Amino acid sequence: MDFSALTSFVISWQSLVILAVFGISLLIATYSTYAERVVAAFLQDRVGPDRAGPYGLLQPLADAVKLFTKEEFFPAGANRGLFVFGPCLAMTTALMASAVIPFGNTLLLGNGEVVRLQAIEVNIGMLYVFGVVSLGVYGLMIGGWASNNKFSLLGAIRAAAQAVSYELAMGMALIALLMVTGTLSLRQIALQQYDGLWNIVYQPLGFIIFCVCAFAETNRTPFDLPECETELVGGYHTEYSSMKMGLYLFAEYINVFVASAVMSTLYFGGFSFPGEHLLYNYLTASQSELFAHNVVTILGTVTLFAKIFFFIFFFMWVRWTLPRFRYDQLMRLGWTMLFPLAILNIILTGAFILFFGNKEAKLDVSKEAAPTEIRTVARR
Amino acid sequence: MSLFYFLTFVALLSALGVVFAKNPMHSVLFLVLTFFAISGHYLLLNAQFLAAVNIIVYAGAIMVLFLFVVMFLNLNADTEPNKSALAKVAGAIAGGLLLLVLIAALRNVNPTGADLNTFDSQIGMVNRLGLVLYQQYLLPFELASVLFLVAMVGSVMLGKREVGERHF
Repeated sequence: MDFSALTSFVISWQSLVILAVFGISLLIATYSTYAERVVAAFLQDRVGPDRAGPYGLLQPLADAVKLFTKEEFFPAGANRGLFVFGPCLAMTTALMASAVIPFGNTLLLGNGEVVRLQAIEVNIGMLYVFGVVSLGVYGLMIGGWASNNKFSLLGAIRAAAQAVSYELAMGMALIALLMVTGTLSLRQIALQQYDGLWNIVYQPLGFIIFCVCAFAETNRTPFDLPECETELVGGYHTEYSSMKMGLYLFAEYINVFVASAVMSTLYFGGFSFPGEHLLYNYLTASQSELFAHNVVTILGTVTLFAKIFFFIFFFMWVRWTLPRFRYDQLMRLGWTMLFPLAILNIILTGAFILFFGNKEAKLDVSKEAAPTEIRTVARR
Repeated sequence: MSLFYFLTFVALLSALGVVFAKNPMHSVLFLVLTFFAISGHYLLLNAQFLAAVNIIVYAGAIMVLFLFVVMFLNLNADTEPNKSALAKVAGAIAGGLLLLVLIAALRNVNPTGADLNTFDSQIGMVNRLGLVLYQQYLLPFELASVLFLVAMVGSVMLGKREVGERHF
């Protein structure tokens, strides 16, 4: 057997998955701009975009054409290099995070190959996402500072203070989750929820803290203080025009997508759905094991995307429902409410694990699972 | 191996950039790049946890605060105080002494590399690191956490608003 040809074939399947994840992130971000307006129109009882194409579905394309053809403007006294670097960095860090998110279990090809529906699997996935999210603020800070504008600078400073404050509570919420799961790998966390309750049952408080912090980290209303247009004109992107502005807006929607995907994976079962074992057993009996595994995997991916879309809708729902916080309220919420709550959550979780937890069972699942083992997990 | 040389090149170049950049903003950004290169080295050494934590803590939090402070500075060239010759000489001597100590410490190191037969590839993984920290080095670990707690309480005390004081 020609081994090198086989290896390159496997690599090509995996690289196709990577390309697909990249493309899907961009596509979902594109249509999030459309969805945002449709949701806003729905919540405010308006019609919304309906001119470009049927139901206004071509609106994102029209927006892109507009942004690309607008004049690129450099403000006087701006630091040119960093002014261009800011939006690039915002976009890059936003796209990096979706690399480790498991969008599905494995697909089994007929010749015994296994394709993971995930760009790359690392056993520190949760830390990777957290690290990349914490880097996202650099794009905002650099862009805001390089614009040589007071409002941009204020926006950048707010972005930095907000990101650092809410990262702490977010990390604490993740630590409590980590105590429950016993692993940092997002794939393992998703697989653990395959035959059991979703993590939201064990970590309701942790989820609320994480969700609030996700809103703050993605700079969405009610935490969009860095671009607060009633106080700061446009905040950090006041001086930006054309596609550089577009990249900032785009990065925000990719962040929303990633935050939704992470929340679904960590707390809402990832690619698992109720009744999958029944379906798997039924299909194994009537068809073949291979067929059953692949069908369950594809349905799982569809379920995960349904969960992600729900959370994206939730982000927009909140945006058009709640007013913006004042800056001192934002800081007080972060430091004097979420932070102590997160510590309390850690203590409570530790106490529960100590008194009621079945440590052996959890540790067993957290061990490194080979692709074949993944199938046995699915079968149970 | 080529990756090692590339990362070393980036680390050294950006570390030099930190020192030589005229603009404090550029200096801080070069420092962030240095941390990234060092994290790459950790990854090459199979220490994933250390790499991720280095990025999260240094690049993600501490350097953001550095930038935060630098943004408040007035960066016009004429307001920058002229550093005296004494400070430059003192800095050069201190840096040179550190270099001397490092060379003295590393002079006798004989890098042999790991034995492939006995090498444990899981050595830098999170659970292995946790076991070592909580079993072998429990006392130093707890002492370090007490130190952090003291620092945290101290910073809260310093930042606490005095009675009658107005900040804005």
